[in-house]
Amino acid sequence: MSNAAQILPPLAERHTLLGWARKNLFNTWGNALLTLLTGWLVLWSGRALLVWAFTAAEWGVIAANLRLILLGQYPIANVWRLWVSLQLLAFLVGNSLAIWGRNVRRISLALAAAPLLLALLPFGLQPRLWLAGLTFFGIVGWALGRPAGPRQRRIVLLGWAIWPFIFILLLRGLTPPEGRLPLVPTNLWGGLLLTFLLTVVGIVFSFPLGVLLALGRRSRLGAVRWFSIFYIEVIRGVPLITILFMAQLMLPLFLPSGLTIDRVLRAMVGITLFSAAYLAENVRGGLQAIPTGQFEAAYAVGLNGLQTMGLIILPQALRLVIPILVGQFIALYKDTALVAIVGLLDLLGIAKTVLAQPEFLGLQREVYAFISMLYWVFSYAMSYVSQRLEVSLGVGKR
Amino acid sequence: MSDNSKQPIITCRDVHKWFEQFHALRGINMEVNAGEVIVIFGPSGSGKSTFIRTLNRLEEHQRGQIIVDGIELTHDVRNIEQVRAETGMVFQQFNLFPHLTVLQNIALAPIWVRKLNKEEAEKRAMALLERVGIPEQALKYPGQLSGGQQQRVAIARALAMEPKIMLFDEPTSALDPEMIKEVLDVMINLAKSGMTMLVVTHEMGFARAVADRMFFFDKGEIVESGTPRDIFEHPREERTKLFLSQILQH
Repeated sequence: MSNAAQILPPLAERHTLLGWARKNLFNTWGNALLTLLTGWLVLWSGRALLVWAFTAAEWGVIAANLRLILLGQYPIANVWRLWVSLQLLAFLVGNSLAIWGRNVRRISLALAAAPLLLALLPFGLQPRLWLAGLTFFGIVGWALGRPAGPRQRRIVLLGWAIWPFIFILLLRGLTPPEGRLPLVPTNLWGGLLLTFLLTVVGIVFSFPLGVLLALGRRSRLGAVRWFSIFYIEVIRGVPLITILFMAQLMLPLFLPSGLTIDRVLRAMVGITLFSAAYLAENVRGGLQAIPTGQFEAAYAVGLNGLQTMGLIILPQALRLVIPILVGQFIALYKDTALVAIVGLLDLLGIAKTVLAQPEFLGLQREVYAFISMLYWVFSYAMSYVSQRLEVSLGVGKR
Repeated sequence: MSDNSKQPIITCRDVHKWFEQFHALRGINMEVNAGEVIVIFGPSGSGKSTFIRTLNRLEEHQRGQIIVDGIELTHDVRNIEQVRAETGMVFQQFNLFPHLTVLQNIALAPIWVRKLNKEEAEKRAMALLERVGIPEQALKYPGQLSGGQQQRVAIARALAMEPKIMLFDEPTSALDPEMIKEVLDVMINLAKSGMTMLVVTHEMGFARAVADRMFFFDKGEIVESGTPRDIFEHPREERTKLFLSQILQH
């Protein structure tokens, strides 16, 4: 590093803003002209957007409905339960990043800063304190995870295993209205909360199902293979929205009368079953990329079929398809918007209800711009995390 | 299991193998005693690789009988797994597990098949890496090693199961010339330590140095067999003479 000064590139090659612009934007007459033209186009369209966003747009609709957009009609008296489970989550995330994270400094910092940035949004005092709490507990978890031994790792893993149950318990409640944890029926769950729930449940359950189907499609047992092929091809041949309709409208016809399944649960099942079929094909692609020599070497040292799959083939195959799987998960996240059509109040559904209120008529641009931004922020976060994951797992390097 | 040391450790009787219409093995008979070093050679497509792969059932034979260490290879999966655990194999293309470190490659099977605890298995793996001369590579991934080093790791991986028999399927054919020697040296040491070895190879120097018997394969049959001396100095069959003259010319 110390002799870096001596090996700087020649003056003409150094990166100065002016030098860069001359080399890349104005190196010929034609390019200079194109640069000016494009610059003008960007300014012209961007200016219109900026003028609208800062002068004409009535963002008051977002501020007035923020809680609705984020949580749906979840009763305000019980929102603390969500916050508590989120604090736990922040602790777990901070702890896990400290224990397992490699090359994750930027992600960690972004995660720590995100709640504080969100606190700039027009929330009241109490949510802002909760948000600060997220950063606080995240940092506490991180600090406690630095000198981690195997015992703490086990505790953290246990924490991850039970957190979903704590979350669902707190979200849903347990007791009748007059008790400590009053039940909140699922028709009150909505907004970003519902979108997240559908996405996470879809990912968590479709992943193992998809891997099993991928393995099933390669099975030597005819019945297993044909069932997998049948399932995958049927589901892939049908649009998600029809599956959601089937789950909402037709499922009750098949169930004995009196037995009803929760509507949110029905949507979750539909999304999971749909996603699993696509996931299976992606995983199968990864499996096919593994050379037969890997199977032979595993068999030759005495591993049985299950061990060969679990220890040798699947780890390599899944690593190969991480980018594809993340792409699929992002698509799944956005596809959950379809549940608005079958009457659930997810992010899109709640946007429509907001716009149906008389005082907010005609504010589609503001509301849809805002929820688009919410979709984008989390999609991009997923994409970014997956890129870091690829780097730290060494995808593409053998 | 054979306690009687006079009984051969591998017995093949009239082994046949077809790939679709192609008759790859046409009645192979062979007996190998414990501690013997066998070299199998012959032109490509002669069935020598196919044959050695039937011995741990990476290829299935369709007629005849193969008995390895007292266990007959049939469709019974438990027998197959037992034979595989007692038989190490080294491949032309190394086939190391690219997602595991060198140490993990070697310790994996002892942990999962022999149920050794991790510490013990890694200690054994380190000892084997010393034996093949690359202990300093233990924590690297296979992709970071040269071909010769990878093949030595593959040998260590096979040895980690403490097999009674080692099968080598053209172990030096994919190596650059300057790396062949380091692998052959390891194999020669192994042969001298008394390991039962079946080696498919064209390295006639290796055969001359350590082979007890040699088998010449052509068109799915054993054309000729004998000690290296018989084969090199008094080959009986025309086909053997022709092939040897071709590979020994240069």
